[in-house]
Parts: sequence; C-alpha cells; structure tokens
Amino acid sequence: MRLSGHAVEVVYLIAAICFILALKGLSSPRTARRGNLIGAVGAVVALVAVFAAKSSDFDHVPAILVAIGVGAVIAVPAARRVQMTQMPQLVALFNGVGGGAAALVALLELAAYSQTAGARHDLLNQAAIAFTVLVGSVSFSGSVVTFAKLQEIMTTRPVILPGAAPLLLAGLAVSAGLGTGVYATANPVLGVLLMIAALTVGVMIVLPVGGADVPIVISLLNAFTGLTVAAGGLVLQNTLLLVAGTLVGASGTILTRLMAAAMGRPVTGVMFGALRGGSTAGSTAVSDRPVRTAGPEDVAVLLAYARKVVVVPGYGLAVAQAQHTVRELAEVLEARGIEVLYGIHPVAGRMPGHMNVLLAEANVPYESLKEMDEVNPEFATTDVVLVVGANDVVNPAAKTSPGAPIYGMPILEVSGAQQVIFLKRSMRPGFAGIENELLFDPKTSLLFGDAKDSLTKVLGAVKDL
Amino acid sequence: MSGVALLTIFVLAVFVGFEVVSKVSTTLHTPLMSGANAIHGIILVGAVIVAGEAHTGFELAVGLLATVLSTVNLVGGFVVTDRMLEMFKGRTSRGGHR
Repeated sequence: MRLSGHAVEVVYLIAAICFILALKGLSSPRTARRGNLIGAVGAVVALVAVFAAKSSDFDHVPAILVAIGVGAVIAVPAARRVQMTQMPQLVALFNGVGGGAAALVALLELAAYSQTAGARHDLLNQAAIAFTVLVGSVSFSGSVVTFAKLQEIMTTRPVILPGAAPLLLAGLAVSAGLGTGVYATANPVLGVLLMIAALTVGVMIVLPVGGADVPIVISLLNAFTGLTVAAGGLVLQNTLLLVAGTLVGASGTILTRLMAAAMGRPVTGVMFGALRGGSTAGSTAVSDRPVRTAGPEDVAVLLAYARKVVVVPGYGLAVAQAQHTVRELAEVLEARGIEVLYGIHPVAGRMPGHMNVLLAEANVPYESLKEMDEVNPEFATTDVVLVVGANDVVNPAAKTSPGAPIYGMPILEVSGAQQVIFLKRSMRPGFAGIENELLFDPKTSLLFGDAKDSLTKVLGAVKDL
Repeated sequence: MSGVALLTIFVLAVFVGFEVVSKVSTTLHTPLMSGANAIHGIILVGAVIVAGEAHTGFELAVGLLATVLSTVNLVGGFVVTDRMLEMFKGRTSRGGHR
C-alpha cells in the first residue's frame, strides 16, 4: 500500500486529534488512562503512515526499523522497572533525548538544505532550523544535568561556578550569534558549533538550580522540547510535528506557571535566583541544638487519642516506600473514629503531584487528599500533624527569613496544630539545605529512623493500645 | 505550505494547548507532564523521514541515532505514564470506600 500525500495529511490530522484528546483525557482522573492510550494510538497511526507513504527517495527501511526496535528495547524495561521514587529523573531523561533527537533532525535538514540553498532561500525555514538546534540542545543537556541531580550522581544543591552569570550571558550571546549565522547563511558547520554552544548553555542554566525548584525545571524543559518539535515541524513542513509540539509547548508552559505559582515565585526567580546572589548556600551542618525525641509508643498515644490527624508526606515517604504503611495506619486510626486527612504540598517530593501518585498506588481514597489551600485552614482544629519525610514544604523559613532560598514559597502551616510529629531519618536539612526552626518548637516531637520502620512500629503500638 | 498557513496552525494549536490543560488538578500534574512528554516523542516521525532520505553513511548514522533517541522518548513516555495511571485505577475501582 502506498499512501498519497493528501492521505498522509489526513492521517496526520487524525493523529493530531488523538493527541488533543490525550491531553484532555489526562486532565481528569477518570479519563486519564484512556487518554494516554489514545495518544499512543495516535503515535502508532502516524508512524505507520510515514512508512506507507514512502516516496522514491525514502530508503534504509530495515535499518530504521532496527533503530526503532533498539529504542523500544531500551525504553520499555526502563519504564516498566523504574521505582516510583526514580520516576521524575526518568521523565527528565526521556524529555532530554526527545530534544536531542529534534536537534539532530534539524542539523541533518540543514546539511541537506545547504546543498540546495542556492535555488531556494527560505528564511522561515532557516530560522526554524536555528531555533530547533538551539533549544533542542539546551533541552538535552539541561535534562541530563537534571537527571544527574535527581539520581544524586552529582550534588542536589545549586552549583554556582565562579563568574557563572557572565559566563551564562557570554554563552547565550555566542549561541545567539551562531543562531543568527545559521539563519543568515544556512552553513552546516555553524549549525554544529551552535549545537555545541547550546549544549554548554543548557548545562549552565540548570547547574545553579537546586532544591525544591528542580520539578519546575523538568516541566520547563518539557515545554522547551515541545517548542523544539514544533519548530522541527516547520523545518520538515510537517503539520503533525507542528501541532503536537505546539500542544506540548503550550500546555507545558501553563503547567510550569501553575507550579511556579504554587511555589509563590516567578519562573525567572526559579531559574536565575541563585545567580543573582542571595543565600542559596544552604548548610549540610547537623545542628546540635536540643530537640524533643519521642519513641513509637509516645507517637502512638498522641495519634490514638487525637480527634483529627493530618498526614504531611514528603520525599522521605517515597524513599522508604512507606505509602502502604501510612495508609494502614490511617485506616486503624479511622476505625477508632479519628478523622485523618493528607495535606499535599504542590511540590512535595521531586515532581509536582509526586505524592498523589504514590498515595494513589497505596489506595488512599482520593477525597482524603487535600491540596494546600484546602488543608491550611484545617490545622487550627487539628490535634496532631504527622510529617512523614517532608521538610522544606513545612519550613517556616519560607515566611520568616527573606534570605532563604525557599523564601516566598507558600508552605503547609502545620505549626497551627496542637502537636507536630516529624518522622525523619536524621537531623540533616531538607533538599533545599536550610535548617527548619519548627524542629526546635516545644510542640514538636521527632521520631528518628526510616519512615517505613517508624510507621510500622507506630502502627503496632496503636493496635496494642 | 505557505508560512502564513503554518503560522495559523501554530497559533490555533497554542490556544488548544492552553485550553485543554487549564483546569487540571494538582493530583494529575505528574501524569500530565509525563503524557505531554511522550507526545513530543512524535519527533520520531521527523527522525524516520530524515533517516530515510539520508544520502551518505554519516547522515544515515545521525538519522538512526535520532530515531533511537526519539523512540526512547515516545515509547518510554507512554509506558511510564500508563504505569503511573495504573495506580489511580486501583483506587477508583474501590469506588464505595468511605
């Protein structure tokens, strides 16, 4: 079967509709899974159309099929086996390779195009090529650095090289100059240089970002890759790439802004805050100020005789895989007539909505999960707040210390409750590297240890009461 | 296709993109981001086209590399999103709880 050009365009339209329905479906819990499947179907349909449409100068089909097979063999096991805690960095990596692929496609088009450029001088095309190479490369190297930070191959803290700000400006200027060169001359050598410069800029942009800001960077780079693919669509005169890339770019931008708004700071503050100075150094020092520690039995008594308990989960919950234990504990408390809610900070964990995914895995009822705005007024009538492996999202420094990197971020105001219990591995500060005053508050007790072990002991103690 | 026609498609797609995700709850931020991430893996179509039209061995090698990378993005993206959403299904099937 060989499809005509028009037939392929129609198939592309169908695939584009699939992608719109996919995003629409993903916006609601009931339709999300079906939405994702519709998106996958759209992708398969479009891919089949490309092969079916093969024109006379389309060759190398076996090699291409092998390449697709190799990609699938790499991707499927990685996606199937990844731990829930490592999902954010996997998504970052998938995003990065997409951006890298788009940049390579544009480079090849530039090489092909430069041989025929004498006949046709198309500035829109050359601008689109320059944009794709530039932003795709930034997205690739930025995502790789994000991956390294989240995988803790490198430090999770902001890395500020001496002279970082001027270097970044210089890198941007060089990239802009090379991009203009590609735009004006369609010279492939300039294209390769542009790619190298943009890869460097991507590293320099993400290095100074640290702490709780990383999820926003993942989302922003995702939007970048979307725009790159859209520009790739302009380069190849391919409407499907244009529409799909634009959809992702636009929805990714909205998502990034929603997340930044949830943290109470502009996106530019997230990206460049560290370069402007201000205290981002954080501290790894373990404080020796006195804290009140509690045993599992003490915690069990506090919980069992409360009327209302709010659980605040954080990354420690994910690391310890404690989501099932926390749900069991909540059920035992509910059986005693205690009201149990979960207070979910928008950026708890390493990815927006990370906690919701984890707790959903443990079958925690949807209605018990309260967003920040819903749960903050509840703390005044709450007897006990159980903070499981969270730190920055309840740190009052966000309200009281203008110098802190998280200053201005809305927090869960757990200090309004009667009692606060922290389950922590150690006194080490959170991801953002700032000490939490709340730990030294007289109403706070600390239970040290792995969140799952601690919760299991507390659960046993509550059952024995 | 003319530049203006492409620009029209671009602008309309921007509005559709804004519209479809404007009311999403924070619960679904992660799967939505991951699903959108999978969708831009459709650059695979572009990678296949340039690999198919390669004239030299070097061009073919770069095209095939782009094909592998974009397949990882596309296939991995959809699979990992499905895995996240599998967990949501477990909860809704218990519908009557509480």
